[in-house]
Amino acid sequence: MAKQLNIFVDNKPGRLNAVTDLLAAEKINIFIFTIQDRGDFGLIKMVVDEPLKAHAALLAKGYAAALKDIIIVSVLDKPGNLHKLATILQENKVNLSDARGMVLAPSKTGLCCLELDDIQTAEKLLQEAGFSLLDVKDIYTL
Amino acid sequence: MSSHDFWDKDVESLDRKPLQALQLQRLRQVVDHAMRTRFYEPRLKKAGIFSSADIRTLDDIQKIPFTTKDDLRECYPNGLLSVPMNRVVRIHTSSGTTGIPTVIHHTQQDLDVWTNLVARSIHATGSGKNDIFQNMMTYGMFTGGLGLHYGAERVGMTVIPMGGGNTKRQLQIMKDFGTTVLHITPSYMLHVLSVMEESGILREELGLKKAYLGAEPYSEDTRRKIERLWQIDVYNSYGLSEMNGPGVAFECIEKSGMHVWEDVYHVDVIDPETQRSLPDGTEGELVFTNLLREATPLLRYRTRDIASFLPTPCACGRSHRRLSRITGRTDDMLIINGVNIYPSQIENVIMRIPEVGNNYQIHLEKTGALDRLIVKVEISSAMFIGDLKQIDNLKELIKDNLKASIIINPSVELHEPGSLPVFEGKAKRVVDNRTRI
Repeated sequence: MAKQLNIFVDNKPGRLNAVTDLLAAEKINIFIFTIQDRGDFGLIKMVVDEPLKAHAALLAKGYAAALKDIIIVSVLDKPGNLHKLATILQENKVNLSDARGMVLAPSKTGLCCLELDDIQTAEKLLQEAGFSLLDVKDIYTL
Repeated sequence: MSSHDFWDKDVESLDRKPLQALQLQRLRQVVDHAMRTRFYEPRLKKAGIFSSADIRTLDDIQKIPFTTKDDLRECYPNGLLSVPMNRVVRIHTSSGTTGIPTVIHHTQQDLDVWTNLVARSIHATGSGKNDIFQNMMTYGMFTGGLGLHYGAERVGMTVIPMGGGNTKRQLQIMKDFGTTVLHITPSYMLHVLSVMEESGILREELGLKKAYLGAEPYSEDTRRKIERLWQIDVYNSYGLSEMNGPGVAFECIEKSGMHVWEDVYHVDVIDPETQRSLPDGTEGELVFTNLLREATPLLRYRTRDIASFLPTPCACGRSHRRLSRITGRTDDMLIINGVNIYPSQIENVIMRIPEVGNNYQIHLEKTGALDRLIVKVEISSAMFIGDLKQIDNLKELIKDNLKASIIINPSVELHEPGSLPVFEGKAKRVVDNRTRI
């Protein structure tokens, strides 16, 4: 199980900058991030090297920020591998609420970050199917 | 003027002196009614009034202390009731400054008096049994709908009780039934025009002659604009639920100021600061006494509405004085599409929700001719669990709770903690960007 930082910000110029400014000052390294536009507000999601420290720093500055459990799966970058993962989820009726994927090294390593309701069940299923689950610090050793 | 031009010529054209004598007689009656209420009995005694015998002249009304909206709230739900509940035939409420509404109980006689005043008002505009009347004000606890409804039936109009909204259907009904008179808010009247342009219904297909406009302030320029664009006559209407509702004051065919029906209402215009009475022609806060209320007597009620009496008599021959337009309020009440709302009502709803932070703002904008209420809320840093679902649910919750409490449908915007402006001292919570009509 890995931790993801979710930050609620106003949807206006300068809000990402304010967050990154704070994280840079805390020497936090950001590994993955996405921004979701929801009209009046946005949600910044980040996987960082020190999630607890980053979270505390944001809270101290009054941000609406939360740590959320996610699953980070490392997969071999080859055709059909995402389908294999999706099949396991489908067969066990596991619903994703959000996900992002990326290639770390072409033809070698890819990553999937999965947000879902029943993390423990999903972890077990994926491990049984031979996927390796990572913590944030594992990413740096890949 | 022939007697045909009056609904009740004897009363409407009564000379000032006998009119004031009638007011005194009725004031004494209503003071006796008030003595029977939990609220007024100790209050009047404290002011040295033990029965109607202590009211010798009309000026003695000055001895009676003012009644405020806060008093009504403290009387919720029936501290002002002066008759047994089995004589009450209807209840109306209106927005209070907190979540607690103000309640007015009516006996059958109260409703008859009200209906008769509305009938008198409608007749004064020249309408009658040959008219088709489409009532586009909201029905229900809001008095705008039902108040005009019964008065219109009393004069024999054909009443179409449409209520508000569903503009395309309103236009279709206007066309199909040949509606001649509307009762509507000024901003909705302008909005209907823009919908008519889209709907394909032509002005020539409608038999519209008149509109009674009320429930929100608007200017003389807007009256002329509506009259020009619609090719109709527009009459101003004033009322408040505490004094029954519409039919308190209404314009006659002269369309120059609203006659207050002084046989039923005693009105004082006061300086809201010094609370002293002001002469006709001077603007101040309207203080109303309902002289013929059985169930819920209200003495010297501070309306918070600002207006003045026109100093000259009307050409129509009615002796009842005319009110100017309502030019403002002495409190922070907002009128949004004809609905009265206090900022504190909104605050009470949102501050009960734990996910809401410390700060909020109320924005008012115009979309076309209609008002839009936008409630901006900061979310609480401590309560945020990082979930989009949580945020969506929170928005819906705020919207639903506001809708249940203030009737109108707001837009809700969520903002991050500390992002809304904070003002020193009293925060500027209301940003009204509406252009006045």
